[in-house]
Amino acid sequence: MSERLLEFQAVTKRFGGVTALDSFSMHLDKGEILGLIGPNGSGKTTSFNLLTGIYPKTGGSIHFDDRDISSMSAREVYETGIVRTFQRSRLCLPLSIYDNIMVGDTSRLPKGLWSNLVRRRAFRRQYEETFKVARDLVATFSGNLADRMLDPVGALPMIERRRIEICRALISGPRLLLLDEPSAGMTHDETNQLMSDILDVRARGEGLSIIIVEHEMGVIERITDRCVVLSYGKKIAEGTYAEIACDKEVQNAYLGVD
Amino acid sequence: MSDIAIDAPARPKGLLPGAATILAVSVYGWALLTAEEDWQVIGLLVLAAAVGLVGKLAGLGPKVLASWSSNEATMNGGAVLGLLAVIFALSTQHFPLLMLTTTLLYFIASLGLNIQFGYTGMVNFAGAAFFGAGAYTAAVLGGYAWIPPLLTILAGGVVAMVLSLLLVYPIVRTTGHYAAVVTIAFGVLFKTFLEVNEILGGPQGLMVESMKLPGWDFNNGPVLFGVEMSFYLNYALFATALVALIFCLVRRLERSWLGLHMDAVRLDETAAACFGISVHRTKILAFLSGNFILGIAGALYGMMISFIAPASFTFSDSLLMVSIVLLGGMGSPWGGALAAAIVVLLPEKLQVLQEYRFLLFSVLVMLVLLFRPDGLLPRQIRNYFPGREGGK
Repeated sequence: MSERLLEFQAVTKRFGGVTALDSFSMHLDKGEILGLIGPNGSGKTTSFNLLTGIYPKTGGSIHFDDRDISSMSAREVYETGIVRTFQRSRLCLPLSIYDNIMVGDTSRLPKGLWSNLVRRRAFRRQYEETFKVARDLVATFSGNLADRMLDPVGALPMIERRRIEICRALISGPRLLLLDEPSAGMTHDETNQLMSDILDVRARGEGLSIIIVEHEMGVIERITDRCVVLSYGKKIAEGTYAEIACDKEVQNAYLGVD
Repeated sequence: MSDIAIDAPARPKGLLPGAATILAVSVYGWALLTAEEDWQVIGLLVLAAAVGLVGKLAGLGPKVLASWSSNEATMNGGAVLGLLAVIFALSTQHFPLLMLTTTLLYFIASLGLNIQFGYTGMVNFAGAAFFGAGAYTAAVLGGYAWIPPLLTILAGGVVAMVLSLLLVYPIVRTTGHYAAVVTIAFGVLFKTFLEVNEILGGPQGLMVESMKLPGWDFNNGPVLFGVEMSFYLNYALFATALVALIFCLVRRLERSWLGLHMDAVRLDETAAACFGISVHRTKILAFLSGNFILGIAGALYGMMISFIAPASFTFSDSLLMVSIVLLGGMGSPWGGALAAAIVVLLPEKLQVLQEYRFLLFSVLVMLVLLFRPDGLLPRQIRNYFPGREGGK
């Protein structure tokens, strides 16, 4: 019997008069890959932003692993083991690949002035250890990138940036990964490659759960266990890809009503 | 960790380009500081422009950079030696030494602003106020003979830091332009407070006691080999030590997890927060430590010029400090050194242009922002342990 990892209960978000998310309830089991789909503006990214504590909720509650995370800040949510990527890649372009990936994992490293400025020998050990871990992680996605760990990210093409963004999310060993349109700006082949890499990484670790927001239905069909469909902030369908693809309401939401 | 070194072999890079640069800059600095005739100054400026242009065409920049970063400790040591050589070459001349020391103190101030502006992205338009807080601390504490002046300098930093606590709340609650406006308001407030406060001397200002170390009064010119040196020599040497210390600390800060947090907060606050970085903590740390450095520089500055007034710490002085960071390159410590020299020396040396010299300076800043937005010596990508590429 599978265990609940995440539970949305009647989550609502209003921006002024606009209801971006209307009493949205859903759940995610441990180890599951859930597709969150729906037309533009249906509240998918808003769900991610509420979950990760970027926006405060208007109503409802979110539980992660039996803890109420409804009113946690972005930092506290991260500490429970939830990480994400962004729809428009939000990397630090002037920084190196290594730096960008380490942004995802520095919170567990020493933060004091003394340990950072004075205890340089210990710092060096942390640096060498993390460099190796980050490099190995990057190497699972692209051997070419692993050789360029100190190059700036700004010089890389989109697919490489996506890979780095995913490495940044994975480096801390999270329990839940939120992918916000990972295929944006990439070709079919690149997207497929990226998904295979993610599944590889997932297969090595134990029980990483994933929620993926995606417009590319091929990706959704291939990797998700279950899908939730949103339209105008409301859940209109739920089930396996095959089920929701035949759903009349889903077809109407995407294609319009005759 | 041998497997890491293989993919990015550290090519041995010669000391020559870096060493030649240090030598050239030292000689040039000496020549500029001692130039008195207008034609000499203008000749030197034309020379600098010409060398800069030829160097760019010949692609010397990357060579110097490579040589520098693969031998960083040696090069930094060499730069200190070059600076000491210039100081001793000028040892009997008051005015050039005063100029040089002022440059060094502005350089220290720019290092403080760099932590805030260059690394963390918080513009501080009250730099002169925190600098002034240090100077006024030195003036007040100088009245108590039992307080060791070295402690007074430290106290200058602490007072600047305590004052910045007043701003912490509005600064972390606002972002971008709004935070900048908060600092502008504080700068104006600080100067007005000094002007109306009789205890702190009002508009007339205060006398500041000189710097003293045990058995060493900085206001007496030291006698070396039977020659009496300028008393500014003391300050120049002390400022050199302070520059070296603070430069090392700021470099280490940049190349630490804290430096990475600061960059992450500057470039994308939301993403940083989503990865567990405390945006508030990082900003507060940057703001306080930057102002601490400004206060220290201000305390020594006050002791050196021995008389301070509110008019020395105005909004336009703050702007000057910000323009040092912009001109040199955001987040580039060496850029700050070059820009501090330009900002301090050019207006003094171009007296021939009278008030137009500030016009020239403003045009220079605009040109740099237009054509070299990363500054004269742009910041290099972070390498935690330079000279050992590939993480080894």
